[in-house]
Amino acid sequence: MSKKKLTYSLNYRRPKSEYKASDELMICIRYYHKCSKTNKTKIIKKSTGVKCRLSDWNTDWHKSSNRSPVKDSDPNHKKKNKLLKEKVKTFDINELFNNVKNDSYSAYLNPNLPNGDLDKKWTNHKNTINLVSPANKRNIDIIVVGTGLAGGSACATLAELGYNVKAFCFQDSPRRAHSIAAQGGINAAKNYQGDGDSIYRLFYDTVKGGDYRSREENVYRLAEVSANIIDQCVAQGVPFARDYGGLLDNRSFGGVLVSRTFYAKGQTGQQLLLGAYSAMNRQIARGKIKMYNRHEMLDVVLVDGKARGIITRNLVNGGIERHSAHAVVLATGGYGNVFYLSTNAMGSNVTAAWKAHKRGAYFANPCFTQIHPTCIPVSGDHQSKLTLMSESLRNDGRIWVPKNIHDVEGIRDGNLKPTEIKEDDRDYFLERRYPAFGNLVPRDVASRAAKERCDAGFGVNKTGEAVYLDFSSSIIRYGKEQALVNGEDENNEQIVEKLGKEIIKKKYGNLFQMYEKIVDQNPYETPMMIYPAVHYTMGGIWVDYNLMTTIPGLYAIGEANFSDHGANRLGASALMQGLADGYFVLPYTIGDYLSDQISTGPIANDSKEFIIAEKEAIEKLDKLINNKGSKSVDYFHKKLGKIMWNKCGMARNKKDLELAISEISKLRKEFWKEVKVPGDQNQFNEELAKAGRVADFLELGELFAKDALEREESCGGHFREEYQTKEGEATRKKEFQFVSAWEYVGEPRNAILHKEKLEYKNIEVKERSYK
Amino acid sequence: MKLTLKIWRQKNFETKGRIVNYQIDNISPDMSFLEMLDVLNADLISKDEDPVSFDHDCREGICGSCSLFINGQAHGPDRRITTCQLHMRKFRDGDTIYVEPFRAKAFPVIKDLVVDRSAFDRIQQSGGYISINTSGNTQDANSIPINKDNADDAFDAATCIGCGACVATCKNSSAMLFVGAKVSQYSLLPQGQTEASRRVINMVNQMDLEGFGNCSNTGACEVECPKGISLDNIARMNRELMKASIKK
Repeated sequence: MSKKKLTYSLNYRRPKSEYKASDELMICIRYYHKCSKTNKTKIIKKSTGVKCRLSDWNTDWHKSSNRSPVKDSDPNHKKKNKLLKEKVKTFDINELFNNVKNDSYSAYLNPNLPNGDLDKKWTNHKNTINLVSPANKRNIDIIVVGTGLAGGSACATLAELGYNVKAFCFQDSPRRAHSIAAQGGINAAKNYQGDGDSIYRLFYDTVKGGDYRSREENVYRLAEVSANIIDQCVAQGVPFARDYGGLLDNRSFGGVLVSRTFYAKGQTGQQLLLGAYSAMNRQIARGKIKMYNRHEMLDVVLVDGKARGIITRNLVNGGIERHSAHAVVLATGGYGNVFYLSTNAMGSNVTAAWKAHKRGAYFANPCFTQIHPTCIPVSGDHQSKLTLMSESLRNDGRIWVPKNIHDVEGIRDGNLKPTEIKEDDRDYFLERRYPAFGNLVPRDVASRAAKERCDAGFGVNKTGEAVYLDFSSSIIRYGKEQALVNGEDENNEQIVEKLGKEIIKKKYGNLFQMYEKIVDQNPYETPMMIYPAVHYTMGGIWVDYNLMTTIPGLYAIGEANFSDHGANRLGASALMQGLADGYFVLPYTIGDYLSDQISTGPIANDSKEFIIAEKEAIEKLDKLINNKGSKSVDYFHKKLGKIMWNKCGMARNKKDLELAISEISKLRKEFWKEVKVPGDQNQFNEELAKAGRVADFLELGELFAKDALEREESCGGHFREEYQTKEGEATRKKEFQFVSAWEYVGEPRNAILHKEKLEYKNIEVKERSYK
Repeated sequence: MKLTLKIWRQKNFETKGRIVNYQIDNISPDMSFLEMLDVLNADLISKDEDPVSFDHDCREGICGSCSLFINGQAHGPDRRITTCQLHMRKFRDGDTIYVEPFRAKAFPVIKDLVVDRSAFDRIQQSGGYISINTSGNTQDANSIPINKDNADDAFDAATCIGCGACVATCKNSSAMLFVGAKVSQYSLLPQGQTEASRRVINMVNQMDLEGFGNCSNTGACEVECPKGISLDNIARMNRELMKASIKK
């Protein structure tokens, strides 16, 4: 916290002229707080408890050398001045914000929610927001950063509407964004299976699954447009799985009791992304989208408080470029790589979002991270990333560990095979603890249950951090069904097993192959070994109902924003949200802002704001290159990952989080002293790109820990050991039913908390039970 | 494991490249091939040498970024995988391994093992889409039933990850498998019929413009394709092209 912003003042309660020289007044510390959204300065006063007579008050205290406000005419002036200086030293702005009563919420955060009944809000909103005429759309430029499901679909739709789109991705082609790796499927309230699904039920499941920490209005809108997504994708030629009647097939996912997930084998994300990519290609060919591949965003540029462009680096030749537009959309994904090991792609990073945060966009709920229960366990220190095994496997796979510790030891020593352990000696712990949902409990619940067993010593691999995911029961069940269909002997074990494996192969073939290549074991013959890993971040940039951040003209969509999943995301909802934001929400809501911008004309990219931002970006790159330290970027990234995983991972507590904050802060200082980046700026230099990303992770990590520390409850993916029931379930607290939106003021741990109250008028807030 | 690596180093497109030898030690058979290169790079950085550049991102075989030609084979000695899914257990202690970029006239080298595959993007832009705008009132997804076999074949064609192994392995540097896969995906679906003729003609034209060669049916592309895209797709594309040319 910069002390420069602090001043002393007397707390006048009446006009100054009404006071006598002998009157005693309270001395206050004044803090000038600049709100990034309104750009207005607000004065915050805090009483010091020290009083002073008007005649003893030195109005020119700031000009004096010792900066003492109480004159020596006061007999206690030494004591008072000393006390005041101490008060300034310990002045903590956070305390002021945090001590506000829980029923007072930040006036800076206006989610701009539409009026009316929940099911009419989106329609009403669309009917009443301002539009931009087709003739004017031609003159408006929009920058979209990131070309995954959210960014790609937004680019395509904005271009179809007539805007000029500039799209940026750091990969060599928009088709390689990490949405491509999503496996299981996409939810939609189509009710094709006739199992009682509806928009309300999808809304209900999502809010409940998110442990009542998401915004009701946004989630309802998501559920409302979900059905359109499927229609749109089919029309684009996305080859979803179908049944023999030629109609679309569905599967079931965790945390719900209906089958509403559409899928394309284990490659749903790929097929949907290629759909968005093809829609983009059509607009690129028409010249409505200008595509910049291998470009990384380094900063967002604000002109008169509005987002007006970005600074990028061309990753091929190192060229720094200034790009201007009437609005900027961030579709830059999540920040799971702050943990170093995650299921995210190697290049996934927080830089764009973090730079926006530093320019005034509030960052919401950074500690809400999803740890996915079914990933391939870590095998050694050399490991660069973790591989997910789709949640859809939990439809047919049963999770277990041995009941007896001597069986566990036998397996670890290699004397016992999992297939040799009798049915009665297996502990199907999810089915035991959660009979209603069994293996299909939500991800946070499944992850913690696996951790609980492993912590108790029942982990089944050498590191003790793995549980089994077993398909043998399903193989037999499917095999018998198929034998009956084929008219073969359903009691012949060999035939049943063969047929069953064929069915499993059809459903999950590519996942089984992936597993076999990595682990070198055949999952058709022996159960898979799995362990939880960081997968998705529910937190992100704070946005209002229009998906606009606290910076006017800056939008955040997809995983990059915080809005729809609360404290835990349900399976197959990320694809739904990305496409909903990109195809159906942002392209309309952005018009509300742009309708006001039609008279500005083209935005210049050579204004002083652009020049300064560019200079700052270059200086930072130069600093990294010229640092010539002794340790590689990966050294710091791995160290940060260890702190995050051990202290801010699946279970968190006060002591560890406080430690994490100081350790990360220390590591960041060491990074800027010791980091070594080879090569130079004007070339293809992956280490340089990595260094910039890790520098931002080192700041985000600290805010992450701070957020986890301040949220004194357990909810969804955020589990505080201090707040749990006797059975080890999360204890949510009513007083924390708010969104934590953090404002950047310098060191991440000093960020200022703004609360957005969450109200549930259409759903009863109750304890989340999957028993 | 101890290995000798012979890696193609090239500063940029204008400069001439060459093979450089590296010795590497302490490699675990459980490492992936790219993790082995990470170890090499960490070593190079500590010695103040320029690390080897290569494309990679998801490291789980789906993004299509990684593109190494290892011991004369696209994506190395294993089948149905990308480079990132190749593990060191496929090699033996003491082996010498050649690592080169995917080579083709249409894939210029950017640096070391990184090539420019934007020709693929341009082919897709020439017609690899269905011309439908986003709107909230598209007809219901189940209004046109699609024969399951066709849907499955369309899916199999659509699993192409655009890595370019087919081009790198083809003696003619042909992109027919890549283009055939996209043409097939849409020609097997009712939604793709309306503009089928235009699509195939435009995409084949663009493919020729980019400098890819022709197909002489050796089938090497199918063998090296990490997703096992079938040669049938090339036949289907030729049939579509023929149909389109006659209609024209």
